[in-house]
Amino acid sequence: MNPANRKAVPATAAELRAAAVVLALALLLPLALDGYQLFQLTQVLAYAIALLGLNLLSGYNGQVSLGHGAFCAIGAYAAAILMTRFGLPYWLAVPAAGVVSLLAGLLFGLPALRLGGLHLALATFGLGLALPQLLKYKGLEAWTGGVQGIVLSKPEAPFGLPLDQDLWLYYFTLSATLPMFWVARNLIRGRIGRALVALRDAPIAAVAMGVDSARYRLFAFGVSALYAGVAGALAAVAVQFVAPDSYTIFFSIALLVGIVIGGLGSISGALYGALFIQFVPNIADELSSAAPWAIYGVFLLACAYLLPQGVAGALRRLAIRNARKG
Amino acid sequence: MRKYLLVAAVAAIVGLALDASPALARKHKEPSASGREIRIGNIMPYSGPASAYATIGKVEAAYFKKVNDEGGISGRKIRFISVDDGYNPAKAVEMARRLVERDQVLLIFNPLGTPSNTAIRGYMNKKKVPQLFVASGASKWGDPEHFPWTMGGQPNYQSEGRIYAQHILKRRPNARIAVLYQNDDYGKDYLQGFKDGLGAEAKRIVAEASYEVTDPTIDSQIIALRSSGADVFFNISTPKFAAMAIGKAYDLGWHPIQYLNNLSISVGSVLKPAGLEKSIGLISVAYYKDPTDKRWEDDPAIKEWKAFMQQYYPQGNASDSLNVYGYLLAQMLEQVLRQAGDQLTRANVMHAAANLKDLQLPLALPGVKVNTSPTDYFPFESMQLQRFDGKQWVLFGEVVGR
Amino acid sequence: MEALVNQLLSGLASGGIYASLALALVMIYQATHHVNFAQGEMAMFSTYVAWTLIAAGFGYWAAFFLTLAFAFGLGFLIERLLVRPVARAPVLSVVVVFIGLLVIFNSLAGWLFSYSIRSFPSPFPQETLHLGRYLVTPHQLGAVGVTLIVLVLVFAFFRYTATGLAMRAAAQHPDSSRLAGIRVGRMLALGWGLAAAIGATAGMMAAPVVYLEPNMMSGILLYAFAGALLGGIDNPGGAVLGGFLVGVLENLLGAYVIGTEIKLSVALFLIVAVLLVRPRGLFGGRSLRS
Repeated sequence: MNPANRKAVPATAAELRAAAVVLALALLLPLALDGYQLFQLTQVLAYAIALLGLNLLSGYNGQVSLGHGAFCAIGAYAAAILMTRFGLPYWLAVPAAGVVSLLAGLLFGLPALRLGGLHLALATFGLGLALPQLLKYKGLEAWTGGVQGIVLSKPEAPFGLPLDQDLWLYYFTLSATLPMFWVARNLIRGRIGRALVALRDAPIAAVAMGVDSARYRLFAFGVSALYAGVAGALAAVAVQFVAPDSYTIFFSIALLVGIVIGGLGSISGALYGALFIQFVPNIADELSSAAPWAIYGVFLLACAYLLPQGVAGALRRLAIRNARKG
Repeated sequence: MRKYLLVAAVAAIVGLALDASPALARKHKEPSASGREIRIGNIMPYSGPASAYATIGKVEAAYFKKVNDEGGISGRKIRFISVDDGYNPAKAVEMARRLVERDQVLLIFNPLGTPSNTAIRGYMNKKKVPQLFVASGASKWGDPEHFPWTMGGQPNYQSEGRIYAQHILKRRPNARIAVLYQNDDYGKDYLQGFKDGLGAEAKRIVAEASYEVTDPTIDSQIIALRSSGADVFFNISTPKFAAMAIGKAYDLGWHPIQYLNNLSISVGSVLKPAGLEKSIGLISVAYYKDPTDKRWEDDPAIKEWKAFMQQYYPQGNASDSLNVYGYLLAQMLEQVLRQAGDQLTRANVMHAAANLKDLQLPLALPGVKVNTSPTDYFPFESMQLQRFDGKQWVLFGEVVGR
Repeated sequence: MEALVNQLLSGLASGGIYASLALALVMIYQATHHVNFAQGEMAMFSTYVAWTLIAAGFGYWAAFFLTLAFAFGLGFLIERLLVRPVARAPVLSVVVVFIGLLVIFNSLAGWLFSYSIRSFPSPFPQETLHLGRYLVTPHQLGAVGVTLIVLVLVFAFFRYTATGLAMRAAAQHPDSSRLAGIRVGRMLALGWGLAAAIGATAGMMAAPVVYLEPNMMSGILLYAFAGALLGGIDNPGGAVLGGFLVGVLENLLGAYVIGTEIKLSVALFLIVAVLLVRPRGLFGGRSLRS
């Protein structure tokens, strides 16, 4: 079998070492943190999954989505409705929400195939704006709770384990994050990832080489929506509340900021981006209570200039420079 | 090479997770404020679509600074920690957790916004931290049986809607009514109270139109309402849209009897931009004194407030009644804290808040007394009708409600 | 019937506001091939500058033209200092820069001028005009008139002046243009300046209607963007027509078809549907890129 077509890309020894250390940290560090910090970290993990999905679509495949928060909202509401109206337990509701968002992504991605560049931007922007309106709509109120939103109950650790609820939620979210990162990594490194990038950089050549443009682009939309949906569901379970006001267009814009700052076209970038969008607004708030968002804007500009390839890109360059020296 | 990625990831996670502050192992049991300071938390939408209300947080901060300058409460200084949630409920949850778990506040005071308060209510009650005097008129905040740690801080929207409904039924029993409302919890709550107040006569509502906060103009809605032939208009909108509605109705030559919801009564921020002459005849309610009302020119409470604004919050708008509201609520909290006595535990604070009897605050209208009990979690239930005469609001009738 | 005509007129009036901002978007797109998402906030900020001048005692038209000069300078400087460094970056990075600008201007305005609404004067007389049984305010007519004047100026600039041609060339083929002797950098900065000035005009025409406050342009920007794409982002006349169409569509949908609760969603859906069928917009020209 042609090694380029294998589904799983084998990891190098260095990668395995790095992964082991990060994993150990992710598992052990939380034991020293309090509930609030665990809550924040759980949000970071959820954001990271969403950013991974958005990066797949907009970074690797070049389809700009300005309204990806809509898929997070769809996932969050799907999970909330399944949990409250159908009594599904949270650990089933989250993957189910992923499936719902996958379908939504394919549904939206199909007509979106005909749009490119600015038009896709407008269409996704419109989706991001329209969804909160639809969630508030009288006609759907019986399901969505309308403007009141839906309150969720906080999950307990299973099998009576003596774990703090926040700690358990963190581990649960981590247990979703790790496989999703692994799958994304394999997708990107393998045949599919190459096809997506080829379609972004040299579409005509790619099609000439036999890459089915529609199939891969649709695939990118669906998978990125699935990731966003799972992220939305996880965040909703952590916050224990969904409401239309949490998924305004600013949320979608924050996701976009996250992938650019983190690093387009990089897996670890999703994590850096998630850290940025979770913590930098808080830091800006502490730096200036008069105009914190102006500080945030300055941060954005600074990152755009100083880190043109995001945090991940900068770290990579640093590493290469040091490898050359030594 | 991977080492650097690793180190960076570790540093990022560790550093940022600690939010750049020494946060490990702060696990006190109860912030009994027996130390030198009383920490009070507050959540306001300093950014986002509702940022016009954030002045309430600022005037409250100024008030507590004044209290500190005058000696504090029983010798303890107040540290007022006000944070921004951008009117986003998920952010409000994060902020509430930060205030309670990191800043160890005694209570969260006057958090603003129905969605944000709904989001944090479960957490606050589970952690047994007072969510006191919520800045929202939604009727759900008076539920001591299920949420004993959450108390309202504004007259109920539904009660207000009912008052207007009853006034219409008395004055104009054959009215044809049009309603404009903001498409969210606040707007729908008012509408519900209004319809309940009309009872069987709810069919008198011949037209309803809603708007979103993202709508640039509401001309279309006003045109539609006018064409219904209604002669009474209930205007449930926030300041910017209220001004637009008042102005547009007038410009279209539509002069119904207009009832304006209490959130948008500010002469300086709503009626002046709309046009004072276009606002003649507006009916609303009040429960505290309007700083632009000539009747209160020599009133000692208003004079004291004006002096306070000059000294402690000069950048605030002295004709914006939101700044009176903030001062009023801050005074109320001060009263509660003093009443709670020397042992300032959360339970004592909640107990004091649930036992306010006939408290006549100086800036409240005479006759509007704050009353709470373990089964009544609405401090403000009485209001008085007022009519705008082109220069100021003129109270009429009696104080209604309890 | 009367209500329908009034809705149409009101739709044209709000459409006029969208059209004027759409012109600014067209200008910036023609000059740089980027859509500046901060255009609305820059317009809002310029309007506050005008308000400050008027409050300081300047007459309306003096303040108006001074503000245009300020806006032009602001746009020019922003391009030179903030946008130029990321010129070669991927498009998403540029979008992040625009978002940064958006957030900075919004926050600065809130901090400097507070979030309470302010009224902004109109240069046109105040009394409502009665055209038969239909009501129009002079400001609505005047604002539409100003939009049309700006449209004619922009159209003439791109069609009949050498600078306009140079600007379009610089945006579409920067390297070839340089070889032809066009100062590409200067064209970009000029384009930004002009777009900012057009945006300031839009803001000053909108403010008497929607009231001056830091968030006044965000709803308008979306409709302007949709209108510009609907009409064809490379065609100023088309974009203006698109703006008017969007205004009327939004009004009619809300009043007669679907109710006000989801008219935004339906309007956007319809616009995207149109773009699916006609990707260049209703009146867009043929371009080499989709």
